[in-house]
Amino acid sequence: MSQPGMLAALREIIRRDLLLALRRRSDVLTTVMFFILVASLFPLGVGPEPAVLRTIAPGVLWVAALLSCLLSLSRLFTADYVDGVLEQMLLIPQPLSVLVIGKVTAHWLISGLPVVLLSPLLGLQFGLSGEVLGILTLSLLLGTPTLSFIGAIGAALTLGVRGSSVLIALLVLPLFIPVLIFGAGAVTSSASGIGAGAHLSLLGAGLLLAVVLSPWATATSLRIALE
Amino acid sequence: MLHVDNVSCLRGERRLITALSFTVQRGRLLAVTGENGSGKTSLLRMLCGLLPAEQGRILWYGEDVRACKERYLASLIYIGHLNSLKDDLTPVENVTISARLAGEEISEGKTCEALEAVGLARPIHRLPTRVLSQGQKRRVSLARLWLSQRSLWILDEPFAALDASATRLLMQQLRSHLNTGGIVIAATHQEIDVGADCLDQLRLAG
Repeated sequence: MSQPGMLAALREIIRRDLLLALRRRSDVLTTVMFFILVASLFPLGVGPEPAVLRTIAPGVLWVAALLSCLLSLSRLFTADYVDGVLEQMLLIPQPLSVLVIGKVTAHWLISGLPVVLLSPLLGLQFGLSGEVLGILTLSLLLGTPTLSFIGAIGAALTLGVRGSSVLIALLVLPLFIPVLIFGAGAVTSSASGIGAGAHLSLLGAGLLLAVVLSPWATATSLRIALE
Repeated sequence: MLHVDNVSCLRGERRLITALSFTVQRGRLLAVTGENGSGKTSLLRMLCGLLPAEQGRILWYGEDVRACKERYLASLIYIGHLNSLKDDLTPVENVTISARLAGEEISEGKTCEALEAVGLARPIHRLPTRVLSQGQKRRVSLARLWLSQRSLWILDEPFAALDASATRLLMQQLRSHLNTGGIVIAATHQEIDVGADCLDQLRLAG
């Protein structure tokens, strides 16, 4: 299999998914609005005590990011499955895992990147300092692609199953927990002056592991779902 | 040449195909017929590698397709009973993206020519696919045949939803493909008029 062919297929699938997202803006906005609303409701509900807000901020922002990612996961393969496009993808003379990487990358660009970009703004509501906001952004930049890659496995495993949204949550939430712990931990450590290096390194390692293992597992699950 | 050797297929508890063998030579069309549920679609999906055979093997010019998967996939085009189109994309985008994903470098100009060849006028090319009729969607899906250089065409009910003029255009394209040494395997309930000299029949009992 030729490398230029694989890169061309990767570029084409990302371009296609971004084009589709552009045509269905409501899907993208739902995820982003969900993140903004959840993150904004907490300061209103907890009250204006700065110390409390700073304490809960890492957990709240990370859980909001995690749930917004989960919200968009069920759409990752379903539309392509229903209209038969996914079947055609299995017949492309490139490894299916390359197309999975393309689809997950597009998913992150559509649902993860806006969350990363908005997080410093939402972090201000919790009174986080500039340095902590930087760590929050960096932790989400490393963590949200990991969530997309892990989530893709769940989305593929539950393809064509009734009530797949709930099943995805049950399958992937336990796998999201380490990402949540290290992500929120990085922000907490930075806020308490310990330094976030260790947590960020673990998030980076998790991302590498997800990039290597998830496309293979997702591709295998897709093949089984389409048999 | 495609050779199917002693292939069986099991769907759930039901055995659809038992020890089926046949050969399709270059320049021949194999029309697969049979009642609903007799296993036509399953057979085509097995030929594409979308469904594993319970037993037996499929040979492409003497080589097991599992051993030459990449080369085999680069030789075949499959049009299933679903049109494989995105409703939010235009016909031009659908066909161009689909061809590019399959590794064929196709310009939008070429795609427009193919869409015109299947009887879709230029103004339709830039409309969202969702506003097209079922017959027009089928024509968009079939336009891939006009662009493809691939030798093995596997078609599941290609004439479904097509009107008389589109059926005639597709018959002409099938004949043209067979004349250049191509192979067609089509599951259909319709009589295929490509000439008795290049037509084979396979009836599945189910």
